[in-house]
Amino acid sequence: MSAQERRIIYAHIGQPGYTTDIDCYLRHGGYETLKKAFAMPPQAVCDEVKTSGLRGRGGAGFPTGVKWSFLDRKSGKPVYLVVNADESEPGTYKDRQIIYNDPHQIVEGTLITAYAIQAKQAFIYIRGEFQHGAKLLEKAIAEAKAHHFCGNNILGSDYSVEIIVHRGGGCYVCGEETGLIESLEGKRGYPRIKPPYFPAVLGLYNCPTIVNNAETMAQVKHIIAMGGAEFAKIGVPGDRGTHIWGVSGLVKRPGLYEIEAGKATFGQLLYDFCGGPLDGRTFKAIIPGGSSTKILKFGDRFKGKLPSGEEFDWALEDIPLDANSIMACGTGLGTGGTIVLDDSVEMIQALANLNAFYAHETCGQCTPCREGSLWLSRITKRIAAGGGREEDVPMLKDIADQVAGRTICAHGEAVAWPVQSAVPKFREEYLESVRRRNKGEPSPYALKLI
Amino acid sequence: MTSKLKPETLAKADEIIALYPERRSATLPLLHLAQEDHGWICHEIIEWVAEKVGTTPMEVLGVATFYPMFHRQPIGKRHIRVCRTLSCALRGAYHTMEALEKEFGIQRGETAADGSVSLEFVECIASCGTGPVVHVDHELHEEITPERVKELADNIRATLSDPEYGKKEFVPGTAAWKG
Ligand SMILES: Cc1cc2nc3c(=O)[nH]c(=O)nc-3n(C[C@H](O)[C@H](O)[C@H](O)COP(=O)(O)O)c2cc1C
Ligand code: FES
Repeated sequence: MSAQERRIIYAHIGQPGYTTDIDCYLRHGGYETLKKAFAMPPQAVCDEVKTSGLRGRGGAGFPTGVKWSFLDRKSGKPVYLVVNADESEPGTYKDRQIIYNDPHQIVEGTLITAYAIQAKQAFIYIRGEFQHGAKLLEKAIAEAKAHHFCGNNILGSDYSVEIIVHRGGGCYVCGEETGLIESLEGKRGYPRIKPPYFPAVLGLYNCPTIVNNAETMAQVKHIIAMGGAEFAKIGVPGDRGTHIWGVSGLVKRPGLYEIEAGKATFGQLLYDFCGGPLDGRTFKAIIPGGSSTKILKFGDRFKGKLPSGEEFDWALEDIPLDANSIMACGTGLGTGGTIVLDDSVEMIQALANLNAFYAHETCGQCTPCREGSLWLSRITKRIAAGGGREEDVPMLKDIADQVAGRTICAHGEAVAWPVQSAVPKFREEYLESVRRRNKGEPSPYALKLI
Repeated sequence: MTSKLKPETLAKADEIIALYPERRSATLPLLHLAQEDHGWICHEIIEWVAEKVGTTPMEVLGVATFYPMFHRQPIGKRHIRVCRTLSCALRGAYHTMEALEKEFGIQRGETAADGSVSLEFVECIASCGTGPVVHVDHELHEEITPERVKELADNIRATLSDPEYGKKEFVPGTAAWKG
């Protein structure tokens, strides 16, 4: 049976006549969930989210309700909510669609969350390049204020909160929650060390802070609308709700597909939804959840045990689209931004392309990440340019091994994982790329990636 | 105070600062605001922002140089940014860039001698499913394969003498809306 989309977050996106103004949103039941939430005690809203089993949609997949319960309430300091709309992980473009086509959904989710955690102030940190997206959110907030959904004494209650839309400046690392907080304080986006700087304890202005992804906010809205227990029936154990798969690269129909967690496989995603490979091509590999997740190679078998104890033996095409199954295959669901590579791709160039990204984006605080990312980038560029040596290939892996786990933030892993996962899988092809260039033989690859 | 910025910009700056619990948080918004008015971040603007948000020019300079969106020197009238990250590259972004370089007679990273355009490679701008994508100022152009470069370049050149440029209505689904 072919898999189906299940559109909850994207229910209205792309529908003819659906617009970003509040009247349209209200006609579609908008802000009814806010009213429902405000009729509940804040803690009850938090409990619903915990019951739902929702995991954050920013990439790390941390359970949202659990995160909220970490807030330091004893300090007596104000609590802040920061919505992460930085959307900077390569291959990821899911939040963009909500921001540009249904901004009220994010605003409503933000207001519900702010109320649930009793935030004094909320921020939406949006990547600087989303210039018009920031305006759309600001307009949505202004409309919500005019309807008393936001601002002072929301819906006649004694709870008040403002939402500030804050534009970033084009830095990947400012998507990392503590880098984001520094950035929001008006500084360079240098991530902070944990401990002690767990945002829920020492976040924005050293106050307890929740940082959640923009789509997570939209998910919260639907949890409250349907109830946590009902939401927990969607998906599979350990991964509830829907995931928005944003496929890019070399498939017939790149695009965004919202699918119930665990209810389709990579094979169905790539063939049924995306139409399979381009004519005359064959798939070679995917990077499943944004460029920082480990690469998977077509033709490999994936064997192991799921957290449930069940044993599996899958081809790439058989891997179910849920967090636990994908993790059991040695990679991550991440942001759901799947990058597809086919046989027209020279893998060393693809790696050089990603290495260049991380070398450009390292904040430079930690020596292993700053130096490691640059070395990896230079070495892969050198191979692609024809000055490579065979020793370079194992050296890439050695360098990556020295970066992972040795940095303040997970940018170090983001630098290392693509290399650590790709080198063992594509070693022979990399060596062939080195040898062919050294012999001066023409390349069979026309596509330039670096 | 700075003479580099319009009175409206200065007034807007005060409004922005008032939004934040701590005024230093207004650093990035003020840099964006100043750049939208003046085109780039000169030293006088750095000093102005520092005074406004209550920090030192050195701190603001540190911020302005950390974030790639801020220009420390004047750029072309039109700023063309081509995404080069993997999803776009797989769809031909490097070939798109080569075609743009030919069209405008400049290399990536350069500004045309007449100051008309600046051409730059940037990293992923979160439109990976419609690559290669090209940002022209605040417009997002999708699926700009090398074959479509000529058409885009002609459009960019036509805007150079268009007094209405940048003042158009935002129509859903257009490059301006998505920018
Ligand atoms: C280098 C780096 C970049 C990140 N970029 C983003 C981003 O653009 N958007 C996002 O929501 N989370 C990003 N994250 C994850 C955040 O640190 C954080 O986990 C997330 O915003 C939490 O939201 P969630 O719990 O709703 O998933 C990034 C993490 C790292 C290490
Ligand atoms: S890779 Fe070009 S927009 Fe993401």
